[in-house]
Amino acid sequence: MSILLDETTRVLVQGITGRDGSFHAVAMREYGTRVVGGVTPGKGGTSVDTIPVFDTVADAVSSTGAGATVIFVPAVAASGAVREAADAGIGLIVCITEGIPVLEMVENYRYVKDRGAVLIGPNCPGLISPGKSKAGIMPGQIHAPGRVGVISRSGTLTYEVVYNLTGSGMGQSTCVGIGGDPVIGTGFIELLEMFQRDDGTEAVVLIGEIGGDDEERAAAYVREHFSKKLAVFISGRTAPPGKRMGHAGAIISGSSGTAEAKVKAFREINIPVADRPDQIPAALKEGRE
Amino acid sequence: MKLFEHQSASLFREFGIPVPEARTASDPDGAAVIARKFGGVCVVKAQVLSGGRGKAGGVKLVSSPAEAREAAEKIFAITVQGMPVGTVQVSRAVEIEKEFYAGMTLNRNTRGVEFMFSAEGGVDIEETAANHPEKIIRLPVDPFHGVDDTLLRGALGPFFDAGLLDRAVSIIRNMGRLFFEKDCSLVEINPLALSSGSLVAVDAKIVIDDNSLVKNADLEAFRNPEEYGRDEIDARNAGLSFVGLDGDIGCMVNGAGLAMATMDLIKHFGGFPANFLDIGGSSNPQKVVDALEILLRNKKIRAILMNIFGGITRCDDVARGVILASEKIAIPVPFVIRLIGTNDELGRSMLKEAGFSAYSDLNDAVRRVIEDAGRGRKG
Repeated sequence: MSILLDETTRVLVQGITGRDGSFHAVAMREYGTRVVGGVTPGKGGTSVDTIPVFDTVADAVSSTGAGATVIFVPAVAASGAVREAADAGIGLIVCITEGIPVLEMVENYRYVKDRGAVLIGPNCPGLISPGKSKAGIMPGQIHAPGRVGVISRSGTLTYEVVYNLTGSGMGQSTCVGIGGDPVIGTGFIELLEMFQRDDGTEAVVLIGEIGGDDEERAAAYVREHFSKKLAVFISGRTAPPGKRMGHAGAIISGSSGTAEAKVKAFREINIPVADRPDQIPAALKEGRE
Repeated sequence: MKLFEHQSASLFREFGIPVPEARTASDPDGAAVIARKFGGVCVVKAQVLSGGRGKAGGVKLVSSPAEAREAAEKIFAITVQGMPVGTVQVSRAVEIEKEFYAGMTLNRNTRGVEFMFSAEGGVDIEETAANHPEKIIRLPVDPFHGVDDTLLRGALGPFFDAGLLDRAVSIIRNMGRLFFEKDCSLVEINPLALSSGSLVAVDAKIVIDDNSLVKNADLEAFRNPEEYGRDEIDARNAGLSFVGLDGDIGCMVNGAGLAMATMDLIKHFGGFPANFLDIGGSSNPQKVVDALEILLRNKKIRAILMNIFGGITRCDDVARGVILASEKIAIPVPFVIRLIGTNDELGRSMLKEAGFSAYSDLNDAVRRVIEDAGRGRKG
């Protein structure tokens, strides 16, 4: 089992004729994803490596029955792409694009929610259900099918953690990169709820970082509602206050958003917080039931 | 992007939020000229991007041009949280009867915008939020319709008589328009002063969302080089993300989260990271050269760690990029590379052949770079 994405999911790629879109559309298909079409306005009727291209998401949905989309559209047009997907009835919208203005995301979030879709990202690597399907840009080969769920605000740090999990014989059910922006479509708590319900997930790794208090609120949720094993990693313990560390959302403001507060929130409820990425598999073994 | 008070005040004027008459000066004589023009009592204020201006002596009340010159001289001589003062604002002093706080900011938890109001203005709002959260009124701001009128009037009613309530509501409406039209992440009036039966924004603070600057090109004129160091600006122009720290181990990593985790790991094993640097997902030799140029400006650096998790990027391409870069720029300190992912064995053997220390295990690489930096310190 897995959450959000499996081998039956029909996936579109918005921005498929761009450099990143075409590269990853083919890479996803090679991994096993059912990539049924792409969308680029004005390029309808053409194809990218035999994947048919449509002018609009609505056209693509009616021809292919797609239920998910991965968006590689540049930031200036990405909000329009997200809304178009929601209007066309797509249930899972994965937005890889970095640099979308925050207030556009405030509006997009409500727009997508009102139409009942799940938005992952933006500014994220996407998600993968190993051995089944990937809707994103992560390297498929470091993953292995299994029963550990992964939720992360980061990209390459997630790969580092997954690499350590796979190397320790811990395969993954689904790994979700939720994105590094201050306003994102789906956060830790929504995904913890999904993993809690998923019979195929025995344990979860949560990878947080400085900025905001999503981790603290996730800890409060875990205490009340989450009964599976959990291990946590928080990056940015050495980050100075007031500086944006790459991700738009990774900033310590005043006294809030520090790594210490996040580590403390989990340790207080006896959830192991690993000091190093390679210690996460061991932390997961000792994690509370 | 943070704006200076006088820049924020100019946007306040544009959006119909009342501010005191004011001009800026870049030397003490200029301040005296403005004070003479205004006459009467004026306020000379340091224009800096950090808080704590008042405590640092950056705000002075003056009653003559001579006093204005003297005050400006003192203000130009101070630093506020390490930042020098390049500009002062001279404004007509406002008789303050009462101070309120009004602010609008992003609330990450509700994924929305929030209006905040407190009847205790003029003090640090973060302190009020921490010690007396009940003294702050918080209302949601709808991106399409602003603050709900009934809620707003209900919340502010106890603090203003009928005439002033209309003025307060109009200021807050204008604040909302400014917030959304200019893609702000913070608009703050602290204090919003009651003066001669009217309300006026005695201080103005605005932060603009960096992601929005592509569509609000006019706001680029407000960009202040003081906000970022030279290294941060050069890094941004080269498509890199850089933040300087105090240590002596230079870092270059692909991905922001992994870059932070790498710094943390250096500290964990007893070393001191000199910087955060996200080089992005690329094997482009020019990026490696640009990154090395910025790192090597820092004369404290004793060793460099490059940590690349090659996912989509092939590790032999990364190795080729590093070798090409090392032919273009001399690297006078030990350079340790951790390389893992597609074709990593080939990439590491290429690097070793070229004389670099190459590792697959992150902990091994971090221990090695700390050792190298330690030797550099002793030497």
